[in-house]
Amino acid sequence: MKARYQWLIVCLLLTTSACSSLGVKPWERDILSREDMLMDADALDLAFDEHIYFSKEASSGGQGFAGGGCGCN
Amino acid sequence: MQLKHRQIAGLLSAATCSLLCTPAQAEEGEWDVDSAILYYAEDNDRVQAIEPVISGRKDLGDEEAVSFKLVIDSLTGASATGAVPSTQVQTFTTPSGDSTYTVAPNETPLDDTFLDTRVAFSMNWEKPLDRNNRRNYGFNVSREYDFTSISANALWQHDANQKNTTYSYGANLEFDQIDPVGGVPEPGSSMDDQMKGANSDSRNIIDLLFGVTQVIDRSSLFQINLSLSEADGYMTDPYKLVSVVDATSGEPIDQLFESRPDSRSRQSLYGKYKKTLGNDDVFTASYRYMTDDWGVDSNTFDFTYRLKFNQGYFLQPRLRLYDQSAADFYAYFLVDGESLPGDVSADYRLGEMEATTVGIKFGREYDQQHSWSFRLEQYVQTGESSPSEAIGQLRNQDLYPDVTAIIAQFNYSFVF
Repeated sequence: MKARYQWLIVCLLLTTSACSSLGVKPWERDILSREDMLMDADALDLAFDEHIYFSKEASSGGQGFAGGGCGCN
Repeated sequence: MQLKHRQIAGLLSAATCSLLCTPAQAEEGEWDVDSAILYYAEDNDRVQAIEPVISGRKDLGDEEAVSFKLVIDSLTGASATGAVPSTQVQTFTTPSGDSTYTVAPNETPLDDTFLDTRVAFSMNWEKPLDRNNRRNYGFNVSREYDFTSISANALWQHDANQKNTTYSYGANLEFDQIDPVGGVPEPGSSMDDQMKGANSDSRNIIDLLFGVTQVIDRSSLFQINLSLSEADGYMTDPYKLVSVVDATSGEPIDQLFESRPDSRSRQSLYGKYKKTLGNDDVFTASYRYMTDDWGVDSNTFDFTYRLKFNQGYFLQPRLRLYDQSAADFYAYFLVDGESLPGDVSADYRLGEMEATTVGIKFGREYDQQHSWSFRLEQYVQTGESSPSEAIGQLRNQDLYPDVTAIIAQFNYSFVF
């Protein structure tokens, strides 16, 4: 039960930590809008990696959902 | 301005979790298509895979889009069963129970009857609710001859702080059905007895995800995700074994089917940072900490640096570092005469290990219409080959062989 409260605190910190002093004006987004600056740039690479590493290691997810994975060896 | 606005929306909508959210390059009504083929090969005749994939995303206008992905993979080769090597020839029953195979002295037992083809299909629909809120629905189905998985997910994203901050809230429900060849083995029973019960078993998984993406300045941003996952049902690998060895000689005298807990609770914290440097180069760093109630704690670091050259060419070195602790019920082997634990697995993937991936990606982006790239990586996984609990002949065996794999992949993207 204690662990659940710890995660709740982390969650609350996450939702309040985004500082309003960070950021840019709408006309300053030229670099950020580039394809290679997307958080999921190289999406197929990320998907392949998720499948490979799920099959070889005991961890999955993080950027996306962990899921139950496959029966792969 | 309209195009720029769509690109910004694309950035924010892609900022969190959906792998299908490819960037909006296509104009309204056009398809953005990504295709790739992956070749994965482990050394020593272990697993090999060839995996073609195609995904498409169509911009329906007003920031609404649909996307799909189709993956086919073909696996061959041998997989470690979890049994320990012996100084004698060992004979194992195949999962079907119809035949046997032998393993030479001092060799790690591998099941070379391993052969599989998987087809996976997923769809996604993204639609804005208003100026600062979007919803995203996804559906996935995956089928192989002994495994079926169906899942559905929903994601809600809210922009704040002049769209510099995006909050994401997602949920995923998954149902998996396992149909082991030869039936579901009785956990902890002897392979020789071939105690097989039902033809299939299943599990349910619920995933929750909370994320924040924050623009720092004109050239950098970061993302933090907190993920919770609860799985209930059949979690055992029906093909994995645990050796029972003689307390003095260390020679295996029986092989048991492994047994895992029927639930698993996982939590992970994920962070990613991106920054442009120098000549439009892009540095990306990510870290994931995962912990679960099986006793597995892991750390994953991933770094890439994309070097830009003239005419759209780029070179991208990569380094990935991974380590994990062993599951509480992981054991290299069991000792004859000692009491059997409630759950036990000798699956190397649940053992303490470290892994390193080193690679490079090379490609060219011609314009906003098409691009190609090729990546080549080497994955090396190492564990404790000579654990202190080894007895007798096991002291001379490699109880955790390294796994070395080559990953080669070609990508081609276009718009039509």
